[in-house]
Parts: sequence; structure tokens; C-alpha cells
Amino acid sequence: MANVKLTIDGKTVEAPANTLLIEAARRAGIEIPAFCYYEGLALQAACRMCLVEVEKAPKLMTACTLPVAEGMVVRTNTPQVAQARKSMLEFVLTNHPLDCPVCDKGGECELQDMVFRYGAGESRFLEVKQHVDEREWSPVVFYDRPRCILCFRCVRICAEGMGVAALGVVNRGASSEIAPNRGDHLECDECGMCIDICPVGALTSGTYRYRTRPWEMQHVGTICTHCADGCKTTLGIRNNRIHRGNNRDRSGVNGEFLCIKGRYAGDFAHHEERLLTPLVRSQDGFKPVSWAEAIKTVAGRFAEIRQRGGKFGVIGSNHTTNEENYYLQKLARTGLGTNNIDHHRTGDVLSLLRARVPLATTADLYHSKAVLIVGVDLAQQHSFLAYQIRANWRHHQARVYTVRRGPVREDKIAARIVSVEPGGELAGVETLRDDLAKEPELVILFGDAIQGEAVARLTEFGSSLGIPVKYVCLVDYSNSRGAVEMGVLPAEGGMTLPEMMAAGDLDALWVVGANPLRRHALAGKPFLVVQDLFLTETAQAADVVLPAASAYEKSGTVTNVCGEVQRLQKAFETPGTKTDLEIFGLIAREMGLDLKQLGPWTPSAVFAEIARTVPGYDLPVEVLEAGGAVQAGPSDGLPDAVWAPVQSAGDTLFTSGTLGRYSKMLNAVREAPGELYRA
Amino acid sequence: MLTPEEQREIEQEAASYPERRAASIDALRIVQRRRGWVSDEALADVAELLGMSPAELESVATFYNLIFRKPVGRHVILICDSVSCWIMGYTKVRDHLKARLGINFGETTSDGRFTLLPIVCLGACDRAPVMMVDEDTHLDLTPARIDAILERYE
Repeated sequence: MANVKLTIDGKTVEAPANTLLIEAARRAGIEIPAFCYYEGLALQAACRMCLVEVEKAPKLMTACTLPVAEGMVVRTNTPQVAQARKSMLEFVLTNHPLDCPVCDKGGECELQDMVFRYGAGESRFLEVKQHVDEREWSPVVFYDRPRCILCFRCVRICAEGMGVAALGVVNRGASSEIAPNRGDHLECDECGMCIDICPVGALTSGTYRYRTRPWEMQHVGTICTHCADGCKTTLGIRNNRIHRGNNRDRSGVNGEFLCIKGRYAGDFAHHEERLLTPLVRSQDGFKPVSWAEAIKTVAGRFAEIRQRGGKFGVIGSNHTTNEENYYLQKLARTGLGTNNIDHHRTGDVLSLLRARVPLATTADLYHSKAVLIVGVDLAQQHSFLAYQIRANWRHHQARVYTVRRGPVREDKIAARIVSVEPGGELAGVETLRDDLAKEPELVILFGDAIQGEAVARLTEFGSSLGIPVKYVCLVDYSNSRGAVEMGVLPAEGGMTLPEMMAAGDLDALWVVGANPLRRHALAGKPFLVVQDLFLTETAQAADVVLPAASAYEKSGTVTNVCGEVQRLQKAFETPGTKTDLEIFGLIAREMGLDLKQLGPWTPSAVFAEIARTVPGYDLPVEVLEAGGAVQAGPSDGLPDAVWAPVQSAGDTLFTSGTLGRYSKMLNAVREAPGELYRA
Repeated sequence: MLTPEEQREIEQEAASYPERRAASIDALRIVQRRRGWVSDEALADVAELLGMSPAELESVATFYNLIFRKPVGRHVILICDSVSCWIMGYTKVRDHLKARLGINFGETTSDGRFTLLPIVCLGACDRAPVMMVDEDTHLDLTPARIDAILERYE
């Protein structure tokens, strides 16, 4: 669109025609204050904070609804504008309690900031402020009506951003208030977007409220350890404890988006059943031992089995870092001399990498003109990816196609919906051929319904459309993709995970951050070593249990569902635990393995080796260090890896494997997993 | 559950708009005409039928003071409390109504006959004070006339 020239406060500003004045001013470095205006959401023009003088207009104009025009002359710094701001703030404060000293938002409150900059300093209202008691809408969301300034950001982010519309504005005028779907309680994703977007302390979260002050926390930006979407979450840490997660600085691929898991489900790390000391099995059950003794026990047995040419099995994790995955497979292959290494495969990434087709980034989901979602309930299982697609539909009118077994939330924004029986996904996709071929470009997302041969057929279908097509293979957990690309897969006759569990003749089984006994029975009586945070089903059966640090307690990199590599930042420590990488190193050293060949067990050293040896991972370290995301690839398709069937963990918004079971917040919400939305 | 007639009528209205939700006010009125008011259950049913969340439809329902979200009597009295009526003796008429019916604003008589509500200007200031009972407008009200008017509504 053509640019227009206008003048704001005497400064000549150029902006595309139709840009809103408030945006044009902000881009030129001129702040026009606003509460209700929010980039990316529908216009409201309710708060009247953005009033400015426009030459030839008879009265003050709202900058949030006024498109710029050629020759427009705007003044934001006149006495009349200053008076308007002052008066609006006086109104906003009529009933707003001045409980800033105890309010959660104190110190990071937009109303505080605005009154500080533009407010009157004193009020002419002498009347008693109306009080309404605080309400608990869910264990996550609390509403304090008197603090609410009725900007309706929460209502809009819930309806537009999340596609849920759990909040409304009831009544009108001075008696207006925000109300949840069910009158007194919420029925929603419990994502907390409404809380973070609230400019004041009207909406507060059950995990954070009245616990600490914002300035008393350290704010550590790291990657959420729950699903595979790779959202940046900025953890608020005080006294070695996570008090909240949010992403108000919009760093990371997710901008300000986070679901309940990224915001509130970090509490698993502080669960009282967290393992804090190594355990070794004795005749009367587990005996707590020192780290030195535990490592000695494991290394001793491993060395002995290695020496007599015994049989090892290694099961890696889809939560641990790339560095840990890489080091583990190297240690297994060179140190233990086994190719029996695998992890719980939740999506057929391997087949997609082998198809050598372009892979989509999370940003592509927001920009692509068309998106096809095959065989997955995206809003339930990949909340961020669904958010991106919904934003794309809202902002760019993207055409969305769904091929699914039952109703999904994306149906509401779909250009076409295809219902299929299990196994009918590819045939369903085929019925969309004519429509898809007319699109200028396409991103295809598929879950575990498409695997093996079907992936090849899907990519052949994509290639035959004659348009640029990119793909996303949906996987669960924070580093499933990385586990594949780092080679936590069997090669050359090595056993897959189900084969190892069923073998019966393994001498040792080493399980790192996984719980295979939940899905498989273990045949035979191998020496079982488990590294985990909790005494899972698998850990309960172990001979040695080593308490591991969670992703929030370590550094390293992870690769999200779209292949974007991002850096974890250690946010705090849980004394007694060690990172998996350190445990690997200690075992290797104790076994007397060739440490020169294995390399140092520090994340940066291992990543340097990954960059040299893993195709597609020679990534700019400085971008990662600065907190950026870089898509890995192209991969060489891991020609040596053994293919095996995959199965999604089937987690929903309110479950997250082992970690989810130990998150009190996830288990406290009333929404039944997966049964939330009929349509 | 909405009755088949209610559903059919709402569908008819919805078909005349490009967006189904645009029929939300009509739909609420359809339900209210048949039931006298809109219950939480009816609201949720209408919301589902129009592809909205209950919270969204509630925003519409509570914005309009003539959509009743609580049960009302067989007849609803709307008495104007705006400035012209006030100048012309609204307070006397109001007090008489309250005393005669034995209720306050927002309440319903124990026999379920009348609900009394205030309303803003009814657009008949030249004949103030004014009130409406159901669909009928009553002009030039005096306490004495009120009694005769109420007799007409069983």
C-alpha cells in the first residue's frame, strides 16, 4: 500500500496508508497512551486515553481508530491533550482502589505508569469507592471488579486470540463488569492470556497472587518443557522457586502467547515427591545413597557387562536437551558399544526428514496463505500452533482446511472441513485436491495418523499440487524432534524401544527421562538404571534411580516441532539433583571410558560438536545465545536410523506426561481433558 | 431445550444475516416472547444454536434492559423516570404504584401479576408522566388513573 506523509508534533512521519495513527506515532517514537488499544486485537475505542488534536478536526480524536492520511497534522503534546489524559485518568480512578502496595500488578501496572506520567496527582472525587468482593473463577483466574478499568482486552484475547470466548461484559455503564461463561466459573483453556494482558491487577493468577513482588524476582527466559511447540516462558524466580511464567516481553517464537502449561505448570519442579537423592535397590527396597556411591554402582555394573560383552539397551528422552541426547547416544554407541538406543517416538519425523521436503517454521503458520491440518486436534495438543493459525486467519484471511475424525476448534475458521474415519486421512486429503491446488502456497500439519508409507504419499500429494508446500510433523514433548535429529534412534540392527522392552535378554537397561513401563511390559531382569525427576512406574522397578534436574534447572538447546532450535536458560537449582548431561559424564568417567573421545560434558562444548557433526545444526551460536530461534536443517534424513511405528502421547491442554501428573495446577482445573469443546 | 418452534423462528432470523450471531437480539426476543424471560439454560441453548459462547450472548442480553434475565410477572410495568416525567409528577405516580402493588423496582407481586421496572424516556414527554404496561403506553398519569389502568391487566 502507498505511503502517506503526515506531521506528528512537528515531526514528518511516513506510514502506509490505512495505518492507525496510534501505530504510526509509536513507530516514529511518539507515545500515545492507551489501555484498550492492543496490537492485533479488534478496535474498542473505550478508554479514551489516546485522544489527540488533529488539525481541522473540531474536537479531540481517538488515535486508535483514526487511519493516517496525507497531509494530516497531529499534535499529542498540547495543553488540551494533557488535560484530556489527566481527566480520563481521574475517571478511571473513580472506583479503582489504590491498593497498589498489595496488588500483584504493583510495579508493572500500566495504570500506575500512566498516572505517574499523565495523571493529576489528586482526585476531586470525594465519594466512597464502590467495593465488590473478589471472585475465584477457577484455580487459575481470579477477578477483582473494582480494579477493572473495562478495557476489554481480556474479552478480546479470549474470543479472538484463543477462539474460546469464555469472557463477556455483562450489564452496562457504571455497572458493567467482566463475567465468565458459566456465570460464576470459567470453562476454558485456563491459559491465563487474560491475566497477562490485563493492564491492571483486575485479573490475577492462582499461582502467583499475593506471593511476591515483581521486582523481587529474577526473570529468566527459557523454553517451556511441556509440549513440542517451543514457547519461550519467562520464569519469575525467587528463593529457588518458580512463582510464575509469562512472556510479556514477547521474546521467542510465541510472542506473548503461553498456555496453562507454560504459565503455571512449572510447579512440578517443586512437588514434594521430587527425587532429591539417588536410590539403590537393596533387599528391603530402595536405600538412599550418595551420588558417589550411586555412580560407582552404575559404572561398576556397566563396565562389568561391557567387559563380558553383555547386552545393553538405552532409552532416551524427549524432554532432555540436544546436548544430552547427543552425548547419550555417543556414550551408548562408543562407550557401551550398543546400537540399542531409542526413545518414545510420538510423530514420524524420520519419514518426513527422509522425504526431503521444505519444513515450515512457527512463523510460516502465521504467514502462509493456506494451512491444512490433518488428523489432529490442534487446539488441544498444540495450542501455540493453533494460536498462530487463528491469528493468520484473523489478520491475513488465511484459508484453513481440516481433515479430522471429530469436531475440532479449527473447524470454526475452516474454509473446508473433511470428516474421516480412522485411517481415512489420506483419502480425505485427496478430496481437497482441487481447492488446495488453487492456493498460492500451503503448510500441511499432520499427527501420528500419518506415518511410514503414508508420509511419503502425503508429501507426493503435496508435490503434485504444483504450489510451494511446507510441512510440520507434529510430535509431543519439548524435544522429540531433537531426540530424532541427535540420533537417539537405533541403527544397523539395533533394537527399537518396543523390541528392547520385549527382548528379555538385556543385561542392562538405561532409561533417561522416560517412563516406558507405562506403555510396555519389561521382559527379563536387566540391571535397570533410571534417571528421572519422580519415582515413575519405570523408576519403581529400577535397581538404581538417579534424581535428574528438570529443563528449568539446566542449560542447553532444544528443538521444537518445527525444527527451531532455542536455548534453555538455567533458572534455579533443586539441590540433590544433577543434570542428565552431568550424570552421563560422571558415569563415563567412573567407567574409565576414553573421555578425550567423548568430549567434555558441558552444554556449550557438546553443542560445538553437534554443530560440526549433525547435518543441519551448524547454527549461529550468537543468535541462540541472544535467545533467538533458528530452524535446523536441511537434515541428511538419518539414513542409518531404523524406522519404527510412532504413537502420540495423546496429551491435551491439561495433561503433560509425567510432568503433568506432578503439576498440582494442571490437576486443579475442572476442565476434563479432551472433553472441553464439542465444536 | 429450545422448542422446535423457537428453533425454527430463530433459524429464520439467522438466515437473514450474513453472520448467525447477528440474530442474537432477535433470538433472545423470540425466547422471551414465549417464556416471558430468558433463563440461563435458554441462554446457553440460544448461544449454541448461533455458534456463540454463553459469555458472548450474555454480554448482549444484559446490555439491553428489555431482555429479562430473571422471571417477571404476567405483565411488566415500565415507568419513565426521566426528566420531563419527573417534572410532571413522576414521584407521586411511582410511590402510588409501589404502595398499591406492595413492591419495589425490580420486584414482582406475590400473585405473579405485575413486575415493576423504571425505564428511560418513552418519547411522550408532552403527555407526561408516562408508563407502559406490556405493549400499551399510558399517558397523563395520576395516582387516581393508575388504579383503573391496573384493573385491565389480569
